[in-house]
Amino acid sequence: MMETHSQPAAVRVRGIVKSFGTGDTQVTVLKGIDLDIYLGEMLLLVGESGGGKTTLLSAIAGILDIDAGDIDVLGVPLSSLPPGKRTAFRGQTMGFVYQQFNLLPALTAAENVAVPLLIQKVGHHDAVRRARIMLDRVGLGDRSDFLPKNLSGGQQQRVAIARALVNEPRLLICDEPTAALDGPNGQKIMELLREVGRSPHRCVVVVTHDSRIFQFGDRMAKLTDGRIVGIEPIMQEDMA
Amino acid sequence: MNYIALKMLFGDRAKYLMLLCGLTFAVMLIVQQGSIFWGLMMWSQSSISNINAPIWVTDPGIAQVDEVKPITETAVDRVRSVQGVEWAVPLYKGLLRARLANGEYHQITLTGLESSTLIGRPTEVLEGRFEDIVQPDAVVLDQWTVERMGGPSVVTIGTVFELNDKLARVVAIAKTQKSFTNIPVVYTTYERAIRYMPRERRILSYVLAKAKDGVPTDLVTARIREHTGLGAFTAEEFSWKTIRWVLKNTGIGINFGTTILLGFIVGMAIAGQTFYLFTVENLRQFGALKAMGASGFTLARMILLQAFTVGLTGYGVGVGLATAFGVLAAKTGDLPFAETWQLLLLVLVALLTICGASALISIIKLVRLEPAIVFR
Repeated sequence: MMETHSQPAAVRVRGIVKSFGTGDTQVTVLKGIDLDIYLGEMLLLVGESGGGKTTLLSAIAGILDIDAGDIDVLGVPLSSLPPGKRTAFRGQTMGFVYQQFNLLPALTAAENVAVPLLIQKVGHHDAVRRARIMLDRVGLGDRSDFLPKNLSGGQQQRVAIARALVNEPRLLICDEPTAALDGPNGQKIMELLREVGRSPHRCVVVVTHDSRIFQFGDRMAKLTDGRIVGIEPIMQEDMA
Repeated sequence: MNYIALKMLFGDRAKYLMLLCGLTFAVMLIVQQGSIFWGLMMWSQSSISNINAPIWVTDPGIAQVDEVKPITETAVDRVRSVQGVEWAVPLYKGLLRARLANGEYHQITLTGLESSTLIGRPTEVLEGRFEDIVQPDAVVLDQWTVERMGGPSVVTIGTVFELNDKLARVVAIAKTQKSFTNIPVVYTTYERAIRYMPRERRILSYVLAKAKDGVPTDLVTARIREHTGLGAFTAEEFSWKTIRWVLKNTGIGINFGTTILLGFIVGMAIAGQTFYLFTVENLRQFGALKAMGASGFTLARMILLQAFTVGLTGYGVGVGLATAFGVLAAKTGDLPFAETWQLLLLVLVALLTICGASALISIIKLVRLEPAIVFR
């Protein structure tokens, strides 16, 4: 299943296993996954529901402990980092886009985008200023002071993307970013992720089961029953 | 992150108001009931505070100020002879019936003060001159007595009534602290008080005394006890003795204690439950913050800030409402209300305990929270 690539992998996953439950009710969700993800690429993790996509994503993000195997992110052995250091590492190197946006309803768009910077102890004024610049980049400069409830689903996801990118993460993790959106809005979000999120210094991992957005990825890894059953490059001409 | 914590708290207005109302109610209940309780205790020892003498000499077996056990009249001279005593005067205190001109009877507490010094007189006089008490048949009433006897239209300066078939004429009306039993108080001179009362073998109720300047009062009380064999207390000791007696022999302590405890429990339950719900409903948001790199310590700090912000706001509003109630109640003096800094400090500690416990439950939930929740 492993592909050859000209540069070292930014994310290196080797033989990871993850089970939930105990005894008779134990379910093994990941059954020895190997995967490399490279800087500059957008990798889609696809597969049927319950196949282990989100579990793999959580493990790569370091927010879920694995039972066996190794995960290296940017040369750091994530699975052996103590929880506190792992949290700090995550805050410094990763950005997240969620299916349900997870914006804080009491904060304005700009304040929501500023949250990762505030967590990194950037001053409030500077954080909000940088957040406004980021909102401009995702086309929501004029909505900076809006509360999430006054934004459409697509706009909320744009805010979430701005939030994920505001601290210039090296790894952008997106969990079903279009699942809560209609077709056209989903397409726009993926265009934005490709345009703003993808960069030579960053890798983007997108979990999705929405075949309409497969065209936006560079490679696609298919998970079935806890195993990667195929990794294929995506022909960009398909995007037309 | 403090800014985010506060925005999260104030942003969920319904929950914030519910939390605030719960804590305000708890604080108000505890402060109001605590103040009324303490006000009642102040009333129970008002016979001591109204007399305002530093040392009380009594029968050695006395239980509390209103349970008079007469002592021999030689006690005054024996107390005067104790080293360190500056002065000692007799005080009479006894129950009697007053008969008004309209034929009504009222039970009264007759207080007899030594005529040459009038030690033990109330400090404030509302009408007339207290010094006129030395005139023939003169008595001074307090404002509560006037009220109990039918108000100023029935009893005023110059009003004449009978005490044990003997004439009494009102020459002044003094202001005093209400008493627990609310039995009207009639002041007169010690000598006249003895004439009003039926003759008994022992008539002296108390000896009031003062220590010489520079001599500690408790040292003098100890000497009085040692040299006379009588009971001797500082005013503070006698007040506490009376309060302890009231607490032990009436249901007041249990009644108010139960209400105060209920206020604490209700406050704890409302605050704990609402705050926990607030955290649970924001779990995804907290999970997102954790995923974005917020440490468990940061989240705990946010929760504590939220808990103590709403707690201290509730404290301020609750104390404010209870105080407003107290100010209105104290205006007439009909309701016992004594809001002390000790009570406010105690309530603050109780409230911080409530907030701390509520926050702790939420923090435990957050510490155990898998940030992976955000992907579900």
